[in-house]
Amino acid sequence: MKANNALIGSPIERLEDLRFVRGRGEYVDDLTRAGLLHAAILRSSVAHGRLRSIDAEAARALPHVHSVFTAAEIANPVPIIPMRLHPLPELQPFEQPVMAFDKVRYVGEPIAIVLADSAALAEDALAAITVDLEPLAAVTGCGGSDVSLFDAQDTNLALTYKAVKGDAAAAFLDAPYKRREQFSVQRHTALPMEPRGLMAEWDAVRGRLTVWGAAKVPFFNRRILARQIGLPEASIELVENDVGGGFGARGEFYPEDFLIPFVAYRVGRPVKWIEDRREHLMAMNHARECECDIEIACRGDGTILALRGHAATNMGAYLRTNGAVAARNIVQFMSGPYRVPNIDLAASMWMTNKTPVGTYRGPGRFETDFFRERLFDMVAHDLGIDRVEFRRRNLIAASEMPYALATITPYEHRDELDSGDYQATLERCLEEIGWQQRIGRNGKEIDGRYHGLAVSCFVEGGAAGPKETARLVLEPDGSFSVYVGSSAVGQGLETAFAQIAGDALEVPLERIRGVFHGSTAHVSDGYGSYHSRAVVMGGSAILDAAEKLRARIRVEAAARFGCAPEQVELVAGGTAVGPQDKSMAFAELAGDGLSAEGTFLNTKHTWGYGAHAAYVSVDPRTGHVELIDYMAVEDCGRVINPLMLHGQVVGAVVQGLGGAILEHLVYDAHGQLLTGSLVDYLVPTASDFPSIRAQVMGTHPSPINPLGAKGAGEGGIIPVGGVMANAVAAALSKFGVEPRALPLTPPAIWQLIERARRDQRSLGSKIGGCRFSVQVLPSRSEAMAVARHPRPPELVDVPIEEIMQKYVGRFRDRKPDWAAFEDAKIEGYKRAQHRFIGAGGSGKHGDPTVIPAKNFTLSIMFVPPGQGNAPHTHEVEEVFFVLKGYLDVFIEDESGKRLTTRLAPWECISCPAGVIHGYQNDSLEPVYMQVMLGRGKPEAMGYTDDRLYEHRDAHLKAI
Amino acid sequence: MSIPVRFEVNGKRVAIEVEPRLTLADCLRHHLRLTGTHVGCEHGVCGACTVLVDGDAVRACLMLAVQADGAKVVTIEGLSHDAHLTPLQAAFRRHHALQCGFCTPGMITTAHALLSQEPHCDAARVREVLSGNLCRCTGYVAIVEAVLAARADYQKNNGPGA
Amino acid sequence: MKSPAFDYARPTTLPEAVSLLTSCEGEAKLLAGGQSLVPLLAFRLAAPTLLVDLNSLSELRYIRIEDDGVRLGAMVRWRQIEDDARLARAHPLLVTALKHVAHYQIRNRGTIGGSLAHADPAAELPGIVVTCEAEIMAIGAAGQRRISAADFFLGPLTTALKPEEIIVELHLPPWPAQRRWGFEEFSRRRGDFALAAAALYYDVLPDGKACNSHVGVMGVGDRPQRLAQVEAMLNGRLIDGDTIAQAEHAAAAAVNPADDIHASAAYRRALVGTLVGRALKRAAT
Repeated sequence: MKANNALIGSPIERLEDLRFVRGRGEYVDDLTRAGLLHAAILRSSVAHGRLRSIDAEAARALPHVHSVFTAAEIANPVPIIPMRLHPLPELQPFEQPVMAFDKVRYVGEPIAIVLADSAALAEDALAAITVDLEPLAAVTGCGGSDVSLFDAQDTNLALTYKAVKGDAAAAFLDAPYKRREQFSVQRHTALPMEPRGLMAEWDAVRGRLTVWGAAKVPFFNRRILARQIGLPEASIELVENDVGGGFGARGEFYPEDFLIPFVAYRVGRPVKWIEDRREHLMAMNHARECECDIEIACRGDGTILALRGHAATNMGAYLRTNGAVAARNIVQFMSGPYRVPNIDLAASMWMTNKTPVGTYRGPGRFETDFFRERLFDMVAHDLGIDRVEFRRRNLIAASEMPYALATITPYEHRDELDSGDYQATLERCLEEIGWQQRIGRNGKEIDGRYHGLAVSCFVEGGAAGPKETARLVLEPDGSFSVYVGSSAVGQGLETAFAQIAGDALEVPLERIRGVFHGSTAHVSDGYGSYHSRAVVMGGSAILDAAEKLRARIRVEAAARFGCAPEQVELVAGGTAVGPQDKSMAFAELAGDGLSAEGTFLNTKHTWGYGAHAAYVSVDPRTGHVELIDYMAVEDCGRVINPLMLHGQVVGAVVQGLGGAILEHLVYDAHGQLLTGSLVDYLVPTASDFPSIRAQVMGTHPSPINPLGAKGAGEGGIIPVGGVMANAVAAALSKFGVEPRALPLTPPAIWQLIERARRDQRSLGSKIGGCRFSVQVLPSRSEAMAVARHPRPPELVDVPIEEIMQKYVGRFRDRKPDWAAFEDAKIEGYKRAQHRFIGAGGSGKHGDPTVIPAKNFTLSIMFVPPGQGNAPHTHEVEEVFFVLKGYLDVFIEDESGKRLTTRLAPWECISCPAGVIHGYQNDSLEPVYMQVMLGRGKPEAMGYTDDRLYEHRDAHLKAI
Repeated sequence: MSIPVRFEVNGKRVAIEVEPRLTLADCLRHHLRLTGTHVGCEHGVCGACTVLVDGDAVRACLMLAVQADGAKVVTIEGLSHDAHLTPLQAAFRRHHALQCGFCTPGMITTAHALLSQEPHCDAARVREVLSGNLCRCTGYVAIVEAVLAARADYQKNNGPGA
Repeated sequence: MKSPAFDYARPTTLPEAVSLLTSCEGEAKLLAGGQSLVPLLAFRLAAPTLLVDLNSLSELRYIRIEDDGVRLGAMVRWRQIEDDARLARAHPLLVTALKHVAHYQIRNRGTIGGSLAHADPAAELPGIVVTCEAEIMAIGAAGQRRISAADFFLGPLTTALKPEEIIVELHLPPWPAQRRWGFEEFSRRRGDFALAAAALYYDVLPDGKACNSHVGVMGVGDRPQRLAQVEAMLNGRLIDGDTIAQAEHAAAAAVNPADDIHASAAYRRALVGTLVGRALKRAAT
């Protein structure tokens, strides 16, 4: 890699824009072929049912309908779509058949496919297909159920991932501070603006099946298709056209990726299928639905000791090609950029009768960052530590790298954070958002709205291996063509790769004729674009190819110059120079074209990192959140095109804001998708979040690739849920609102405020500012709390309102009882008892105003100056705890020896059973003291004085 | 039923026969092969299908082709030139106001209609008008910047720049 | 999401339009702006045999501001209302409310007749029409008739129109210049259907007290409604802080919204109180 680059690092305007702004992009629906048939898919309208029969005869008989295929016409057995990532054998039973054949398991599952002369006519024909379905109860939530989605499995639990590090159990045992909470994130989806589509054609003469509309992982998909359809891979070509957004969801192998090529192959005519938006919402991968129950342990100074708990991800009806990724990431990345020495986390994947789930930008990471950052702000508040300071204390330092993340099982996967300065991005973010200037407004009401500020830190893993391939061609006219296995989904690869190739070849941008991506014809062995890998993997493969091509050019020039290749210098601009001033332009050396293929192998990840901050105002009456300012700071290593990277970050942030506040795929209890159009599924528009700022730093190049670049497509979305929820919590702190679920819609926020108000009213005051050794019980908006010990029999089923009424005592409600004791009638022993818990030593057990006593009794004694009580014993211990004044307490033995000590406020004596004792107020001020006897109903006092003892109960007869 | 429709598209006269249910969007894309206008939702929310009908921005998926009879329709192709980019297109490129490009024709057409009629519009007005065009890639900030940057050309000529 | 097949006619006169509707015995649908109808067709929630396109009836595009109020032809588009400077002065409540309708492209095609006939419970125009005691003129096989706003909206997406009737005009009563009015809406995003909205006005007596108050709400029931209890509460009183606080409670108590996927009944109830309060504040200042 050169030290100085003309193109890499420059904000070059994109090459692909030249066609996009003119409407000359070529997306799959822009294509047509002669004799084209159009496909429409009949999808289940029932979430769970047994397919008894399908009658398509009426549909087949319609004019303009070419054919109808059901599972019966496809193959026996019906092909199953294998998982691409983490394909564990135990997950296979949950994979999806390309068409339903015995059961339907989600609304939207394909049941039949119609081919007709137009899309409208194909759609018309769907109504003529009769499906006999026996409906079954639908499972929509995570957890055990009587209803099994898969007959051969007796559980809907597909797998549980575990992330373990250190010894969490031990850490929790000793921890001075713990907090346990439950959180949830809602189901939502990537929603690219272009719905899916495919066109396929079988050329029987050449034995070639061509499929247009591929994206993301065409090479992998070709492999699956070849196996399923029974053709060699070499006979299949997947073509990647222009793609209208992917975000992780488009391009994975879906049922249609088999069905469309298959029917084209069978009927011998080209077939096109374009997904409509209604279908899209029920058929394209959903994501993010997850709930968790987690606990954190800390030291009193906020140092994190451990994280433990479990999460449940709602997977939908089948495990998609990359369905397991989110669950895995939730547990592996919950610690984020923070130092957490002990971890014990589990994530369970539950199958339900909803649309299957796959990856969506920052899969599992968006969810887990929300859980963690919310917990951090709660903990900081409990411990009385500033939220920023809490984060500073726990961020991993550069000197601690590489820092091992928790180990994931199954798969025994280990990963480590390799480089970075997390404090630097945090500080930059705080500066840019104006933290110091704005923190004064945090939690305050201004013009009827409450203002809130929050910050959050994250890491972004990218550049998944194992390999990528590129091929560079020196064309006869001296220009270069770049072919690469990476896939473009709108992220500007044509420009980024042209920049990389131009600098690697040392030619200006104009000499790069074009970048050709994704299609299987372009390179021998491609991998695609996922996990933010394209720039690192594809870019590094281009570097390798460039080096090899330059070597070939030297060889070619050497042959012409009659010298050794080492004597040839390639001068920037495209000229080969040899000894004796011989030179030739590349065009002259090209012949019919010179090419070289390069690869890049990789087993590690890159780690982008940064911090986001949000400044919001909330209208407590409507629950509306205004995002006044948002700042995203990320260090992405070496930046190829800062203009494009900035766009990636801002775009990802806005998608994250949609996830935090607007978007929600809502199902009813029968598994019906209620948000079936863009009128109900709300994505951000231009007027929702006008103020998003981003700054990309490139101070820490990645050590694992020659470009030093890092995957940077997902960092923008990862922290958004957490930081927005924390900003809302900060704004509404006066109400004691603690958001625990996304999305934070206006009604959700309003409800949190209402609930918090109700709780405050009944408790009388807010519980806050807990200090050490506090274990805050699990709390969740709708779920019950668990009482770890049984109540006494008389209190079972007694409502807490009654308990609160009966078991609170206030001094103002007590009447001083000057006749509580027999000896209190005597001058020198005159004192009053204020009964709180039980009767004290008075024996007056019928007093309805006292708190019932079970194992001890507690009263306040008022002892005027000069008064006291007669020596006595009890059958249980008695404590005198002085609150006001100075009391002389004494103990005596049976020989008459007496020892006296003076107790001041906050001093006490506990007189054991059978030890003679008493007290005297020999000061000039009255004494108030607490008296506790170690029994619910103690006997009357055992006075040493015979006469007093004989008449010890006489005072009770007066009542 | 097949109905004859005569209208003008990008300055050229068109005479075709269509079924009543065919939308203007599908007519432009599949009958006239003007595929620059995109279909993103077919229920009038996303704005990717925006075209100009008699100078006004309209959702082509909510208009039937038969309703275009007698109208002057302009699509993104009619707002483009082979040889150069218009000021609005150049502004989009300069400000990185597009990524996957799918919403772009609708955005540019809508922005062009707005700037033609209101060349002095402010940022709030731009956002208000563009709130009817969904984008999933850019987060809108760059789009609004691009449209604001292009105002000068519309103000100068009191109409669209050449 | 292609529409089911239908026949199509574009009459050039009203009688022709009525006759087309009548001959189809309820199986025809009128096409005005298409901004509400075409999505219904795309989702196959409607399958008419005939679409009768009203866009050639240019006689229905007028805006008349007269002594007896504002008259709008049924085919007037939102855009025309926006562009008409006289209307902003003649009926500020109408013009302000309609600023919230949908989006730029939809406003270039959508019509007031279409909005009234569609009768979405959260839509602005039906709410204004009910609040202002407007009248809707419709023409059918039996001739022309006037339907008062109070009688026009029967339920969600349901009106008193007979299958062969066509709305021809909306007539809003005259609007005195000194009238106090307010409009407040809350929706999830700009241009979305309102979670709730309040439109209100009152006139001021010489002693400063309110009279003739009209308070209408949208989105909190199966159709727009006036809140008689709130109106009675406001009449004869000064619109000060206390009155407004009381009106908020009265409004919340007077409505009976349902739960739906966007908001609970409790939320909408509280929201309508807040919006009535804010609209009153605006009116009073």
